Amino acid sequence: MSWEPVIGLEIHVHLKTRTKMFCRCQLEYGAAENTRTCPVCLAHPGALPVPNGRAVEMTILLGLALECAIAERAIFHRKHYFYPDLPKGYQISQYDEPLCVDGKLPLATAEGDVAVGIVRAHLEEDAAKNVHMGGAAGRISGADRTLVDFNRAGTPLVEIVTAPDIHSAEHAKRFLQMLRQTVVELGISDAEMEKGSLRFDVNVSVRPEGSHELRTRTELKNMNSFNFAAKGIDREIQRQIAVYESGGAVEQETMHFDPGNEAAPPLRSKEEARDYRYLPEPDLVPLEPPRELVERLRAELPELPGARVRRLTAEVGFELAEGLVTSGRDRLFERVGGERREIANVLMNQFAATGIDPAVVNAEELAKLIEARERIPRQAFTEALAASGDEGFSAERYLGDGQITEAGDLEPLVDQVLAANPEQVESYRAGKEGLLGFLVGQVMKETQGRANPKLVNKLLREKLKS
Amino acid sequence: MIDTLRLTAEEAAELIASGEVSAAELHSIYLVAIAERDPELHAYLATVGEAELDGVPIALKDVISTKGVETTAGSKILAGYVPVADSTVAARCKDAGLPLLGKTNLDEFAMGSSTENSAYGPTRNPWDPERVPGGSSGGSAAAVAAGLAPWALGSDTGGSIKQPAALCGLVGLRPTYGTVSRSGIVAFASSLDQVGPITKTVRDSARLYEIIAGRDPEDSTTVDLPEPVAIPDAEDLKGLRIGVPKELNEAEGIEPGVSEAVNRAIELCRELGAEVGETTLPRSVEYGLPCYYLIAPSEASSNLARYDGVRYGPRVGNGDIRAMYERTRDAGFGDEPKRRVMLGTYALSAGYYEAYYGQAQKVRTIIRQEFAAALEQFDLLVSPTSPTVAFPLGARTDNPLAMYLSDVLAIPPNMAGLPGLSIPCGLSEGLPVGLQLIGPQFSENLLFRAGHALERALEFDFVPERLR
Repeated sequence: MSWEPVIGLEIHVHLKTRTKMFCRCQLEYGAAENTRTCPVCLAHPGALPVPNGRAVEMTILLGLALECAIAERAIFHRKHYFYPDLPKGYQISQYDEPLCVDGKLPLATAEGDVAVGIVRAHLEEDAAKNVHMGGAAGRISGADRTLVDFNRAGTPLVEIVTAPDIHSAEHAKRFLQMLRQTVVELGISDAEMEKGSLRFDVNVSVRPEGSHELRTRTELKNMNSFNFAAKGIDREIQRQIAVYESGGAVEQETMHFDPGNEAAPPLRSKEEARDYRYLPEPDLVPLEPPRELVERLRAELPELPGARVRRLTAEVGFELAEGLVTSGRDRLFERVGGERREIANVLMNQFAATGIDPAVVNAEELAKLIEARERIPRQAFTEALAASGDEGFSAERYLGDGQITEAGDLEPLVDQVLAANPEQVESYRAGKEGLLGFLVGQVMKETQGRANPKLVNKLLREKLKS
Repeated sequence: MIDTLRLTAEEAAELIASGEVSAAELHSIYLVAIAERDPELHAYLATVGEAELDGVPIALKDVISTKGVETTAGSKILAGYVPVADSTVAARCKDAGLPLLGKTNLDEFAMGSSTENSAYGPTRNPWDPERVPGGSSGGSAAAVAAGLAPWALGSDTGGSIKQPAALCGLVGLRPTYGTVSRSGIVAFASSLDQVGPITKTVRDSARLYEIIAGRDPEDSTTVDLPEPVAIPDAEDLKGLRIGVPKELNEAEGIEPGVSEAVNRAIELCRELGAEVGETTLPRSVEYGLPCYYLIAPSEASSNLARYDGVRYGPRVGNGDIRAMYERTRDAGFGDEPKRRVMLGTYALSAGYYEAYYGQAQKVRTIIRQEFAAALEQFDLLVSPTSPTVAFPLGARTDNPLAMYLSDVLAIPPNMAGLPGLSIPCGLSEGLPVGLQLIGPQFSENLLFRAGHALERALEFDFVPERLR
């Protein structure tokens, strides 16, 4: 029997507001512990939440990008549980009347668009951060005490829940990349997993191909990269198939991965049915976003990454188009003139390897460099790319413009190098032909990379023979 | 010689303005009175030694956060807790120049009707120290009645201002929900909590309300007052239509002496020119109390979740976090908060929410509609504030239901978000009886006007007989 995976995602994204969701404490990643707190985010008696209007706008903007309906009236609820990182004993979240519902993100794939339904996107506050001391790598197991840093408590957080519309680990990964790129481009989040400003959980089940049932799912947590997630999902799919094929039943449970060790098997725990005792938040009035605001935000929506992938696919094919967009290099791609596939390839390979922020690159200079790629030494090209993010970068000094292609111009230099390296010359002539490279290098050095390497090779061989 | 038993806040302000007494002197005169009479009454949990402002001093119920002054809400779980900021009402009192005299006793977390639920011992009624002052703002009421503060603030969730004011022969205003900021008020039931004045006169009540009321950006549920507060000087009730809701005036358990005093006051309304008629609130009185005892404990169970021993307040135990929570909360909360947390937790549980909290919210809408209909016909409604006069200490402590029934008449208008003013209207068995005036939302000015005219005509002497 063949099996179809059924995957749903829950993604949490920190919003990039200046202050917290319900108080005026500044948000600053990496600030000294417990220095961004006040009576509200420490849940002192009588302290009341006041919603951050900017966070509401950002959530609406995301909702619009995800083609959601924006509620005319949304309600905050209290979600209760006891844990030291939850100062009030409840999280202010949204429950049955969230801000954004019923959207979709059309996921561009090589085979065309796959629509992934967005069940909801709602606004809530993040918890504080527990720091476990005395155990290994800050993990809870083996720790002898726990400290709490409340700087993060109350950070505005959007939770996005997809429908179980994803049917492969690869698509799950692509969805996550595309969603991440969307929130980054909307300017509402840094969405950096290493800073915890993007986190996600995955629900996985499998079913016989062709069936529409939803079987028991397991929840995958703590995966800290998209590649890690894809591997973890694949592994879980295979595990579930094996369970069914051996006549067993999948149990509803949570798989906690070790973010420090992808290879480690996840810790499994029974999913307990928690009762959060949702209560409409009596300290806040309903959110009723004015229609004018929603329309203004709709007008502000930029061209979204998915649309750009589709547009660029026509130019460079799906793989490169998706790579450019999800890596954030497509804007640069569009600014750099030249043969489209070549530009795309350079941006996704050699340029990607430099780690340079595409936003700071002078596209015209880069275009000149890529255009001259075939004509200049590989080494010079790599060096030039590495410098392409520098202020005042100019392709000129790396280009063949200064390239010495006349044998007459190079001969004196070649003679000079040979004269200066008598030992190497002797060894070469004695059969160590590998030393040619060294001598070429010396000539290149003398010309600051401007000599035509083929010509230098030719001249050296001739002179060494004589 | 200043007689703090007689002195109203308005008179105190005049004495300071005319230079007859300085604010600092007045403050110490009250501290002397406190030293003399409070050991018997225990109205105060803490006093402030010196006046730093030049106005009429004030006592604040200990749910009102005061910067640098311990605020316990009458609970062991907040023992030693000193707020880093003033509540909005405390800040507004400071801005108006009112020095803080002290923090007054209350039922723990404002849960109770007698001030016997305080973790720091009960407060006694200045009219008869064998009796309760009512609650939960019993400390504020006892302090004003015994001349230990010219005026005070209380808080009212299900009658906690109106009922102690009634039992101590004072004027108590529960303002329209949303007119007074809850920022910095230790929360009991957020959708019902409201701070208001406890005073000797209706004019004092209006003056204090003027200081504390109005929108606060720190409390999203507050609104601007639709009109400025008017200090009343009316002498009659001409042109007013006053409704007497049958169910609020004939409820089971109303003492005959209370009914007599209230009926005399209603008769007086007619004499003062009001048009008086009967009206009806068939479901509000029957369902008000049960509905309240679903909503208030539900919200309380949520609001009290933050007292976990992690960030402030005493902590019992260490190591296992669950055990620490349980031991801290077991040691920190008294019986009544525990009872309400359990009731509320149950009512909010999955599978019960719709039947309890959800249903209570629907009933609340019906109550609102019923009051709105009655207030279409009448400008104001009247009833007793409390079915009984002050009861002896211990009389209801073993029977929570009997204690809850103390507020059966005060609760229905609260459920509808309406303001209520309790004024003393006579004595029964030598103890004060309160008359509850109920108006539409934001009708405080009308309540003050009617209350003031009645107060003048009633000539009630607010000084407890045994202290005269």
